[in-house]
Amino acid sequence: MKVLMFCCLWLVSLVCQAIEPGSPAPACELKKLTDGSEVSVNQPGKVVYVDFWASWCGPCAQSMPFMNETSEQLKSKNFEVIAINLDEDVQAAREFLEKYPVKFTIATNPDGQCPQLFDVQAMPSSYLIDRSGKIRHIQLGFHEAEKALIREKIEKLLAE
Amino acid sequence: MFRWQFGVMGLLCLSLTGCIQAISPWERGNLAKPQMALETDPLDSTLMNHTFSSKEAASGGYGVGGGGCGCN
Repeated sequence: MKVLMFCCLWLVSLVCQAIEPGSPAPACELKKLTDGSEVSVNQPGKVVYVDFWASWCGPCAQSMPFMNETSEQLKSKNFEVIAINLDEDVQAAREFLEKYPVKFTIATNPDGQCPQLFDVQAMPSSYLIDRSGKIRHIQLGFHEAEKALIREKIEKLLAE
Repeated sequence: MFRWQFGVMGLLCLSLTGCIQAISPWERGNLAKPQMALETDPLDSTLMNHTFSSKEAASGGYGVGGGGCGCN
């Protein structure tokens, strides 16, 4: 009986492994869409905004101008945006980027493990990672009304 | 029925749960295609629903918001 209870608890603990603010950012294999070179979400000394997006997701398209603007304005303060594309067909991502040109890093995840490791709950999902590599804020979806709040959180982390 | 038979049945039922596979938010590319929408013409269906609710003095219960990306 004790063994059975232990097994049940173990199964429950597997389901409950969630990423939350304060967790270290998981390491996953990422490659730049432009040249295939490796890129990491863990960049000590930098505040990194990791965004998971796909070409078929409407709010993802809405978030692109915001990420462009924030990335350009705060680049000098050691801020970086890494947008991880989750399209099954990379060509769809390339066509999307022709329509919505971006100035920040677009990455792909060849082994497909990254969204699971980050426990992505919605599209788009964004993770704000501080200079020490900890996730400090998780943004589910994208709403125009929340732009100011996200910006405020980024600036707060940059000031730390 | 013996106790062990209950145990075996329980295990078999548990193994069936392995067939349940949730679609993750990032796997909804095909579901988000326009041809997968339940309503082919959103404007037309909104108008029809409006007319229907006016005539029947009842409203609501038609579909949910969002485009399949799990963000609404």
